[in-house]
Amino acid sequence: MSDHPCVVTIDHKSRPRVLFHGTRLIEVDLPVGTKVIYPKRPMKGLPDPRAAVRYALSHPLGSDPLFARLRPGMKLTIAVDDLSMPLPQMKGPDVRSMVVDEVLTLLDEYGVDDVEIIIATAFHRPMSESEIRHVVGEKAFRRYWPDRLYNHDAEKPGGLVSLGRTEEGIEVELNRRAAESDLVVYVNLTFVPMNGGHKSMGTGLVGYRTLRGHHTPAAVRSSGSYMEPARSELSRRMDQVGRLIESKVEVFHVETTVNNRMFDKPLDFLAKNEDELSDLEQKAMSVLLRTLDTLPESARQAIFEKVPAPYELIGVQAGACEPVHEAILEKVHQQLAVPVQGQFDVVIYPVPYISPYNVGATLNPLLVSVMVEGYLHNLHRGAPLLKPGGTLIALHPCSDRFDKDQHPAYVEFFHKLLPRTRDAMELHKLYEADYARHPSYIQLYRTGRAYHPAHPFYMWYWGENGRQHRGRVIVVGADNEYVPSILGYETARTMAEALRMVREQTPEPSIACFRICPLLMVDVTPDAAPPALVEEA
Amino acid sequence: MSATGANVAAPRAAAPSAAAPSAAAYFDVDGTLVGTNLLHPLVMYLANQGTPTRSLLSLGRAVLQAPILALAELQDRRRFNELLFAHFRGISEDRVVLLAQEIFEDVVQPRIFPGAPDLVDQCRAAGMRTVLVTGSLDVTVWPLARHLGCDDVIANRLEYAHRKATGKLRQPIVAGPEKAGLIVADARAHGHDLAACHAFSDSYSDVPMLSVVGHPAVIAPDRRLATLAQAYRWPVLDIQRPSREGRRRPEASTP
Repeated sequence: MSDHPCVVTIDHKSRPRVLFHGTRLIEVDLPVGTKVIYPKRPMKGLPDPRAAVRYALSHPLGSDPLFARLRPGMKLTIAVDDLSMPLPQMKGPDVRSMVVDEVLTLLDEYGVDDVEIIIATAFHRPMSESEIRHVVGEKAFRRYWPDRLYNHDAEKPGGLVSLGRTEEGIEVELNRRAAESDLVVYVNLTFVPMNGGHKSMGTGLVGYRTLRGHHTPAAVRSSGSYMEPARSELSRRMDQVGRLIESKVEVFHVETTVNNRMFDKPLDFLAKNEDELSDLEQKAMSVLLRTLDTLPESARQAIFEKVPAPYELIGVQAGACEPVHEAILEKVHQQLAVPVQGQFDVVIYPVPYISPYNVGATLNPLLVSVMVEGYLHNLHRGAPLLKPGGTLIALHPCSDRFDKDQHPAYVEFFHKLLPRTRDAMELHKLYEADYARHPSYIQLYRTGRAYHPAHPFYMWYWGENGRQHRGRVIVVGADNEYVPSILGYETARTMAEALRMVREQTPEPSIACFRICPLLMVDVTPDAAPPALVEEA
Repeated sequence: MSATGANVAAPRAAAPSAAAPSAAAYFDVDGTLVGTNLLHPLVMYLANQGTPTRSLLSLGRAVLQAPILALAELQDRRRFNELLFAHFRGISEDRVVLLAQEIFEDVVQPRIFPGAPDLVDQCRAAGMRTVLVTGSLDVTVWPLARHLGCDDVIANRLEYAHRKATGKLRQPIVAGPEKAGLIVADARAHGHDLAACHAFSDSYSDVPMLSVVGHPAVIAPDRRLATLAQAYRWPVLDIQRPSREGRRRPEASTP
């Protein structure tokens, strides 16, 4: 069976691959036979996104149109996904702002005045004024900020309402304003398959009592992939929570997705196969590499982060949660999923400068592990790209740097708790509950710009199924030894050295390189198992 | 009387028991929860003597001693306290107690930092015993403790003879390094695990107090404490002003 065009096999003539190494790009010679898996080309954006939104609102799936659910005097809340997706921030107007605009227009037409807009941050840091302005758009911002447009506060005394327990005993507490509304309109942006659906209400607007029901190491460990809802225990638990919420609160979902056009000109060549670059693009690539090498870290971060991505809307659906989510997931897979035949002894993950949890901050060591064993490992359907017990090679400097405003509790988790144990079950049992109530960090979550103190625990759990599946992790290009060692990783100065370490155990390893960015995921068909030996009678 | 000893004037007894909280939160007061210092109550006391003449004389003496006090504060917190509280000599116990509530209402309450009640509430919600640890006088701190819902106070106490203040403090004096020892004794007396305890201060002089607990945090720290907090990556809290940017739900909009 021939490979998908996005799967490129390295041969003797192949150029070095250009891979992310934090905020740098490095050229890496990969062994002949390595399969490099590239993202698909961006799908064409919808020609008139606003018209598509309007159409979705009036032709919903599994629900009456939005206008038919409105009445004067009703209490309505619009909940909006935060800026953790897409990555990097999309060029304005953000698709969420288009949806918010259209919904507000309808509300005005139908005399709905009691409206509040909540950014569904869950335990993420609060979004800043300018980020909120970007996500909801200028019109909504001017009209509602700050009294009727604000971040969800999962720790506000009296700010949550208990809705009961799911059939498996998960306590469900929802944002009071949302719970007491006649209708919640949830505006979502599904960038990867774990976003959207019941996760939106069941995570974005709840508190610790609910999150601790699904954000557990056991749930992640039992998930084949949390990017594949059908094989995700995490999704199953979130669905339970979401269904309970929707049995008590009317919710109208508007779910959107965008293509993977991460780089605009003049950086769009970064998405291409290195062997297909034109002479001009090759020169531009080498200038970019040299420039990044000479710049300080903060300037490199700014170059990538401050340039918004020209993502385009490729799907919008509205109505009932489940049919809407199913339709959007189909679009997401259409854009992201690259079919791959077989699993590999070694998978190489270039780790870029971004993750959903460090917008505007450095990718700290804990988040590096989330990327390697969590996000990137889970971006699969069918089976992991890595064979059980195989080796992950990660490219990142693993500097001991944490953003003091966004990640204060991460520091303590990383330097105080991880050296005691890396066992997620132990961390969960011994420390999570105490840290989830840590007064200083909660103060910083509520009034500063910090993630909740339970968040670093969740991040460690996020890597749990990858951690159980993989054998070794070798970091190439780390600027120190102790950070990788706290994470339980080995180090190598170069890719060649890392592969030598692998060959000591597996002389002829099969190797894949997951060539992110832009975003991709893999549909893996494992090689057929060898036929079982049948003893003759 | 608390089990920690003489300097805790609280009537709330606390022998260790199975139901006792496993941790406590210890708060420095002046500059940490409240924008006052030790001089604020003193001035109020001196300004409210029996007669205007006595008030003027007392205030005048205090003004003359101000440079010595300032020097002492820089060099020796204990000496500073001795000099400061000497001004109370001759004030009747009744007057000290009577004026305490007035001082709280007029001087302390308006200067409570906006985020202080939330922080104390958060500690209580986490199941911790909440204790104010301060070089101020117990009688002036208790109204604040009651206002914030704190469980206990570790504070200085005046010595009285024939119901008049002698101008001396009863032992042990609560200041700088001594706070650490008092916290250790308090935690032991209440069965707390120090590693699970929290402490909050704004001042470098409280580093010993911050160092004996498992979870130190600094609030609007002075320069030296800020440097230390950065080095040890202690959380740095700002509870002094409501900030619009980044707050979960901002204060009412400004015009």
